[in-house]
Amino acid sequence: MNIGVGLPTSTSGISGQLLVDWAKRADAGPFSSLGVVDRVAYQNYEPFTALAAAAAVTQRVRLATMVVIAPLRNTAILAKQAASVHALSGGRFTLGVAVGARGEDYAVSGIDSRGRGRRFGEQLEAIRDIWEEGKIGPTPTTGGPQLLVGGSSGEALARMARYSDGYMHGGGPARAFAGAAAKAIAAWSDLGRPGRPKLWGMGYFALGDGNADAGAEYLRHYYAFTGPFAEKIAAGNLTSPGAITDFIRGYEDAGCDELVLFPTTSGVEQVDRLAEVIG
Amino acid sequence: MRYAVIGGGPSGLYFALLAKKANPSDEVLVVERNPPDATFGWGVVFSEETLGALRDADYETYTEIGESFARWNAIDIYYHDTMVRSRGHVFTGISRKVLLNILQRRCQALGVRLEFEREVRDVGEFEGADLIVGADGINGLVRRTYGEFFKPQIATHPTKYVWFGSDLPLDAFTFIFRQNDDGLFQVHAYPFDARTCTFIVECPEAAWRNADLDSASEAESIAYCEALFQPELRGRGLMSNRSLWVNFLTLRQESWHHGNVVLLGDAAHTAHFSIGSGTKLAMEDSIALIDALRRHRELGAALNDYEMERQPIVERFQEAALESSSYFEHVSRYAHFDPRQFAFNLLTRSRRITYINLTQRDPELVRTVDSWFAANAAGSPDGAVRLSPPPMFTPLRIGDLTIPNRVVLAAGPGLEAAGRLGAGLVITEFVSVAEEGRITPETPVFDRARQDMLRSAVERVHQAGSRVALQLGHAGRRGSMRPRSQGVDRPLRQGGWRLMAASPAAYTPHSALPKEMTTRDIAHAVSVFAAAGRAAAGCWFDALELNFAHGYLVAGFISPLTNRRTDDYGGSLENRMRFPLEIVDAVRASWERPLLIRISASDWADNGTDLDESVAIAALLRTHGCDLIHAVMGQTVWESRPDYRRLFGVPASDRIRNAASIPTIATGNITTADDVNTILAAGRADLCVFDLPATGTTP
Repeated sequence: MNIGVGLPTSTSGISGQLLVDWAKRADAGPFSSLGVVDRVAYQNYEPFTALAAAAAVTQRVRLATMVVIAPLRNTAILAKQAASVHALSGGRFTLGVAVGARGEDYAVSGIDSRGRGRRFGEQLEAIRDIWEEGKIGPTPTTGGPQLLVGGSSGEALARMARYSDGYMHGGGPARAFAGAAAKAIAAWSDLGRPGRPKLWGMGYFALGDGNADAGAEYLRHYYAFTGPFAEKIAAGNLTSPGAITDFIRGYEDAGCDELVLFPTTSGVEQVDRLAEVIG
Repeated sequence: MRYAVIGGGPSGLYFALLAKKANPSDEVLVVERNPPDATFGWGVVFSEETLGALRDADYETYTEIGESFARWNAIDIYYHDTMVRSRGHVFTGISRKVLLNILQRRCQALGVRLEFEREVRDVGEFEGADLIVGADGINGLVRRTYGEFFKPQIATHPTKYVWFGSDLPLDAFTFIFRQNDDGLFQVHAYPFDARTCTFIVECPEAAWRNADLDSASEAESIAYCEALFQPELRGRGLMSNRSLWVNFLTLRQESWHHGNVVLLGDAAHTAHFSIGSGTKLAMEDSIALIDALRRHRELGAALNDYEMERQPIVERFQEAALESSSYFEHVSRYAHFDPRQFAFNLLTRSRRITYINLTQRDPELVRTVDSWFAANAAGSPDGAVRLSPPPMFTPLRIGDLTIPNRVVLAAGPGLEAAGRLGAGLVITEFVSVAEEGRITPETPVFDRARQDMLRSAVERVHQAGSRVALQLGHAGRRGSMRPRSQGVDRPLRQGGWRLMAASPAAYTPHSALPKEMTTRDIAHAVSVFAAAGRAAAGCWFDALELNFAHGYLVAGFISPLTNRRTDDYGGSLENRMRFPLEIVDAVRASWERPLLIRISASDWADNGTDLDESVAIAALLRTHGCDLIHAVMGQTVWESRPDYRRLFGVPASDRIRNAASIPTIATGNITTADDVNTILAAGRADLCVFDLPATGTTP
């Protein structure tokens, strides 16, 4: 299993310089990927823009959106942005997409959230064709970025199996990941796709004295839209090396291919602390 | 710390005594609307696991409870004038009244304040409390007061049930099934001391009305049930205790706490009585809440921790309870089962117990089921087989064909490779009856060259010991797509071909519009299937499978979602089945060996084919000579609501097999031998498609 680290595009007080430094350190460390999240009505960096900056200062790591809320974007522009980050990074881009869960992001974007599932399906059907046809460039040389789909419903899993390369899980304990991964594999097999879907997981961490509370506070804020569930997500924050190694072992046992751990505090030393734990 | 516990049932009292014990200087108040000796319901059941938790939490009450317990290890199933006893299950039961008295005494000894006969009208009465515990049941005040934060979902079960007691001495958990002119009635009875048992009667609402129980008094209900179960009651009577016929309610809530208010037991969640877990879950909640309060200084963190620990456990019980209640709702479907298979099906109904679990508990029963299964499969006299392999390795006979074991593999492009894996039956990949019926350019067409290739592959599969079925289909509007290594249902941009379908609607937003088939097209398609059937006979295939599923050409006629025709081939089920049945008749004219038909048992979409309709479809196919239904799910339309849970196709197979009286192949992510044996022994299918995703099998 590969291990990646999240870019802190949504924690508080992040400067552009810090993001760039963070990306450099991650590239130098034992990480295989850098992930970003997507929100609109929130104080965070736009995911493609952040990854474009990261692409410029990294040589090695895979750059991934985890996940972009696709129905908020015009399909042609979405395909073009993805193709651009893919080209900027020399083919290191992974596009993770989903419908998203926050009504507020749809409201501020002026996009109707009703029917978003079907529109998302249409986007998935179209995006590979756009990359392959060459009319909207930069045309990727090898079929385009890796395409992964998130979401827990049966509809999401069917779309994942039809059109993408694999499944991106939204976080939680290893047991929850294992359950979702089993369904993703079942959907893949049921739709007659050869082979097996790629499986990506994610978690949250805050290492070092005094960071646990700040991390939990960030998660409560970020997930406030889920109501009381935010408390549970906050309680799942990994705040000790032992908790992180246990979490990693659980995901590895559950068949995860790539696990990306997202910071919940903004200090750049978090990259080094995490690097120490995963060695 | 000041605690106010609303509700003096087992969970409320147990929490109160644990709280007081943990910190004697805390003030703990329990308010209960009833007097101390009034109790509704009879006995409660615990597992060994719960007893361990009670021992660790409070040894004093554990000892007292242990002295009052009834213990037993058998389940008796009365059905069709026979009784099957299964051993090796460990149960303990106690009178609810005795349990409450033990807990009340312990509360008093520890200094918990108990206020009986106090009706709480407003949670605000406990304003000074640091923590308000709602242990007041599913209709309780606390849950209702904060409903907007707890976000309850309440599901009403369709059957009627009533709690009685009886002085019938039982030494087993007892299920009784009794059919009379009013309908099928069932009893769930279990002892709670040497002399008394809980006796729950359950029936479909129709039976309840037929028996006039909807207008019956308590005494009349008792008289009816006593007469109905007179043989099993052996002259003993039933006792009432506010015994009313009700529907069970399953309560789920997003959250169990808000501010300084928290819920326990039935106020937080319920699970159908047929898995007997209400009091057990409630008292475990109390222990978990106390533990969480001791772990955390901050109340919010503690309540959150309590909920996080308990919710996944409760959800698992609720899922098992749903499987179990659904079994009892539909049990008349299994009325023709042999008592041994009936018992196995009952014992494995909630999916928590499988073939392997049951073998560990009761090896003799499973051996008996295996032997019956083997004898029945071979047509041998009952009792002829004493020692047999598990059902998975019992041959299946269909006409003259013997399939050596019950595992089916869906082969990919490499038929021979799949044939070497040891499956009883290998089904080929989708082979198209015509050039324009291909799914992708890689889909094989059943032409001369392909027939020669398949003939030699079949021969080698036979040498490896497996049987082979040829899967014939026509893609219809799902044709002209790219190879599935690039995704599924992605239209070809170049080199595509013209599509046809029942009605002119594209499968995906960007795929080609199919031509609506004329009656001439239909007649031609029938003759093409018939010709392919004749050619198949020359390829030494053991069976033929017609693919009428997954939104391909024939499926497009069957589903009302995809068939908009107004002629004789559209509209009623009879019309929608006309084309499929013409194909079956035409193929049957020359194909004498077993005929399998694959159908989508549910479209997983509103207004589409559902399991009820697929039972009717399967029955029609059977009367036209279909030997076996291969039940798959969905893919009728591009956007649907699939459910990929473990064994997701098994309920459909179960339903079709036992309601349409036709053998079935079960599908849906079946990945272990244990699953296969459980499904077969329980009578939910006759063959199972084993999922080996890593081998890259395709349909």
